[in-house]
Amino acid sequence: MDPILSFRPLLAVMVSMLVIPVLISSGKKPNAREAWTFAAGLVKFGLIVSMLPAVLQGQEYLFTLSTPFPGVPIQLRVDALGMLFALVASFLWIFTSLYSIGYMRGLNEHGQTRFFVFFALALSSTIGVAFSANLFTLYLFYELLSLATYPLVTHHQDKKSKISGRRYLTFILGTSIGLVLPAMLICYHYAGTLDFTATGILSGQVPTPVLITLFFVFIFGFAKAAIMPFHSWLPAAMVAPTPVSALLHAVAVVKVGVFSIVRIVTGIYGVDLLSDLHIGPIAAGIAAITILAGSLIAMSQNELKRLLAFSTISQLSYIVLGVVLLSPKAMTGGIIHIAMHAFGKITLFFCAGAIMVATGKKYLSEMKGIGRRMPITMGAFFIGALSIIGVPPCGGFISKWYLALGTLQADQMPLLIVLLTSSLLNAIYFIPIVFKAFFVPETDALFNAKFQEAPLCCVIPLTITALISIWLFFYPQPFFDLARMAIN
Amino acid sequence: MSAHYPALIILIPLLAAFLNTAFVWLDKRLCYPTTVLGLGGSVYFCIRLLLKVVGNGTMAYHVGGWAPPMGIELRVDNLSALVLLLVSVIAFMNIIASRKSINEELTFKSGAFYTIYLLFVTGLLGVVATADLFNLYVLLEITSLSAYALLAMGNQDRAPLASLNYIFLGVVGASFYLLGVGYLYIMTGTLNMADVNSLLPGIAGSSAVMVAFVFCLVGIWIKMGLFPLHTWLPNAYSYAPVSSSRVIAPLMTKVMVYVMIRMMISVFGLDFVFEQISLEGWVVALASVAIISGAVMALAQKDLKKMLAYIIVCEIGYMVGGAWLGNSQGMTGAILHIVNDAIMTFALFLVLGNIVFTRKKTAIKDLRGIFSSMPWTMAGFILVGISIIGVPPTCGFFSKWYLLLGGIEAGASFFVFALVLSSLISAVLVFRVVETAFFSPEDGGHEHEKAALNEAPVSMLVPLGLTGVAIIAVGIWSGYIVQHIILPFIQQGIS
Amino acid sequence: MPDLLTEIVNKYNYWLYIILMMIGLYAMIAKNNLIKKLVGMNIFQTAIILFFISMGYKDNATIPIIMGGHGGEAAHKTIEASQYINPLPHVLMLTAIVVSVATLGVALALIILIYQRYQTLEEDELRMRVKQK
Repeated sequence: MDPILSFRPLLAVMVSMLVIPVLISSGKKPNAREAWTFAAGLVKFGLIVSMLPAVLQGQEYLFTLSTPFPGVPIQLRVDALGMLFALVASFLWIFTSLYSIGYMRGLNEHGQTRFFVFFALALSSTIGVAFSANLFTLYLFYELLSLATYPLVTHHQDKKSKISGRRYLTFILGTSIGLVLPAMLICYHYAGTLDFTATGILSGQVPTPVLITLFFVFIFGFAKAAIMPFHSWLPAAMVAPTPVSALLHAVAVVKVGVFSIVRIVTGIYGVDLLSDLHIGPIAAGIAAITILAGSLIAMSQNELKRLLAFSTISQLSYIVLGVVLLSPKAMTGGIIHIAMHAFGKITLFFCAGAIMVATGKKYLSEMKGIGRRMPITMGAFFIGALSIIGVPPCGGFISKWYLALGTLQADQMPLLIVLLTSSLLNAIYFIPIVFKAFFVPETDALFNAKFQEAPLCCVIPLTITALISIWLFFYPQPFFDLARMAIN
Repeated sequence: MSAHYPALIILIPLLAAFLNTAFVWLDKRLCYPTTVLGLGGSVYFCIRLLLKVVGNGTMAYHVGGWAPPMGIELRVDNLSALVLLLVSVIAFMNIIASRKSINEELTFKSGAFYTIYLLFVTGLLGVVATADLFNLYVLLEITSLSAYALLAMGNQDRAPLASLNYIFLGVVGASFYLLGVGYLYIMTGTLNMADVNSLLPGIAGSSAVMVAFVFCLVGIWIKMGLFPLHTWLPNAYSYAPVSSSRVIAPLMTKVMVYVMIRMMISVFGLDFVFEQISLEGWVVALASVAIISGAVMALAQKDLKKMLAYIIVCEIGYMVGGAWLGNSQGMTGAILHIVNDAIMTFALFLVLGNIVFTRKKTAIKDLRGIFSSMPWTMAGFILVGISIIGVPPTCGFFSKWYLLLGGIEAGASFFVFALVLSSLISAVLVFRVVETAFFSPEDGGHEHEKAALNEAPVSMLVPLGLTGVAIIAVGIWSGYIVQHIILPFIQQGIS
Repeated sequence: MPDLLTEIVNKYNYWLYIILMMIGLYAMIAKNNLIKKLVGMNIFQTAIILFFISMGYKDNATIPIIMGGHGGEAAHKTIEASQYINPLPHVLMLTAIVVSVATLGVALALIILIYQRYQTLEEDELRMRVKQK
């Protein structure tokens, strides 16, 4: 079917960019400013949803901005995979905006206008990545995202932020300029194009050693996917305010990384070429190491956000694992984990931030008995944890189920064991948190049992995302259909 | 009228310079408007000329009606028209941005400054438009002399000495070029570029022609500041008044790159350069060393001005390497980078000028908290910074793309490595400044009150804003520039 | 060996200019005094000017003024190019001399400024005094 030529992809990307001048000018009027952020978020989500029906029918939207290089336009295309990612990101932005209001005002943070401005810019870049039609456009928005999130990570402007910011940039810019850029150019040199096509662009003329090296350069080059050893920027980025950690480093930035890897696998190399090259198992092994190591390190963390960061690192490699296994069920599982993990993890981060706002605590050792004081928050935490562990009735179960089936489909029994072990490890570090929060005897509790939740603007989003995690178990549409379509 | 555009472009600033000399005596206040009008006229005709040349093809102009090869010819093709527009627009924007700082820094010499400025621009425009080898030398020396004077007007402790050192090296460079032209004249008997080009295949094997080429090349390299012949550059640009260095730094070295490409393509011809003299391997290696040493030396600097000067040295390496790669991609990258780098360097010096105007100090450690006091300037700096790093959609990325692609095609892995390494080092350079500026005076804890807004005046911010827009626009529409202006030129040169 | 000697004798003018150029360059690099460097620069430029001028020379040719008659008469005679030396390099070098003088002027002005500031023109002393500032 011919793609639909339309302005809507461009608008969907640009909406949050266009609202930035308005945000800056209404800096003195916080309520107006927040209202504009909401408006932008709703319009963005609305635009994306409006394109959903056609995409579910199998059509695609196309928009070309200009063609700087022969064969490489700056082009946006809305297909199933991009739609899935964009839906998740834009939907969660609305809730994160609500959450940010509660968080930033609750902690009386400075520089709120700057915060909302760069948040909007980061979301523009994320949707840009989602809708990229070729590797060059993806690279463009990828870099923009790195730069837009730097002020957010270093928001507190203290010494710790400076060091973390430096590490953030070193890992993310260093790999994208040092690894992805040359690799992209070598691809272009051989293929003459960088479009994401159904069968990949590299089959034919490229010598095999180059293909193999390039593949691993891409895997490690997209450091936002936090594959070890290029993962340490993620725990370092936890110095950012929690809304940043929640949306960006659980949903937007990290998913951009794995999304780029998925695009490389499906759009640049193509499933057939990769299975001919037989590098699936090696790549899967690399992902498996990250899965296990991430969980193991998470177990040793005392700071809640760092624990969640390492959990994220581990979960991201689930997606990578699913995709490089190349079997349909595994790929479906991996892609749908983008959505499931997003909802589960953002709930967990929202809870961590809510605890910060309500009690000022960030270390696990200080959180005994907190369940009695903040039952809604810890309840949502429990649901989020279940989703990440992969237990029904939470959405995470669906993606893990498909991943497990996929490993069997690809005849990779060891990887099945890795998946199960990891789920077990997840349980080992998540359940005690919840247990200690609720079931610690009165004398050991550090909090009195008086009900004193976080501000409403924080509690509502985390409740909703937790409930959605459950909802997704029963109704995984439209993500499931989109994932199915993306594979074919 | 349109037939006279090439001459008009050069004559208008020249006449304005003469008028200025009179006005210095009569009424100093008329100097600035005359300069603006002169440069504005030049910009207008450059735009018309570019449109005409892209539409109708190369335009030749015989000075005085004398036919070449006896007479002096001005020849404007795609590349010349592009660079002419670049030079006139940057010179024009600079004079608008410089007005306040000239009044402040150079109150008594402002009349002289405007006059010499116009002569400098005249010389540059002439260098780009001419098609006669000796005429190029004369105009080059006009440009250089004006540059020596402009650069010496700065900090009186160090500027005269820096400028004097520049004179010594500059004269050696120009003299080498003249020597090369002399050899060519002995061998061909003509000074017209196109004429030499047609006569060259017959004598291509002779050693005199080879020596001519090498002499011309080395002379041009000294003038453009290619490592290791760059030693005059950091001092000359750092101690000069910002209004001077702001116009000299983006334009002088880039026009010399243009001259090198002109010599390679239109005078000696690509066949001669790449087949007779197999120097490309060495030159590309030298360019790669230039890139890396420029970047590393920039890293070692504690002062913003010196850091920018070394960044220029690094960027020259890009262009020389690209031109000598021997394929169309590399040459495209080099030519596109002439445009991009001129814009980026100009923007960087605009930022620097704003900082000098408000804060008077340019050491990096003096830039604490500047994000709050000069938000617009720093926004401009961030934009230029990411262009230098090479992040799309800013223009710096697009020329880097062609250069990298050319390097990969030619198998010049050292060059590719140098390009990637310098991008990473540029990231460090830019973010080092950003860190100092962003994280407030007291490390550890932030102040909740913002520093008072102490931004540069509007006349300085508007050019910065326009240049910022240009950085993105030239980037996104670089495909258009390449397709309609650069590639036809290269095709013409190959055939 | 006799070949080399013949080469040198036949093209003695070029060798002379090379020697002059090297003297000029040497002075620019090795001499300590700024004025001496300036003189070296001038010698360097002069050598190149001389090189150009010698280009125009032809054996048994005379100065480039048309022989026999003046005014309208002279203009209508046919002229043998080999009888007159080539005037073009001379003309070009007039311009080059002007450029050289102008550069000399600018350089001297700068030297005056430097002297006013530092009271010395020796480069090593200058370096020391500049560092002290």
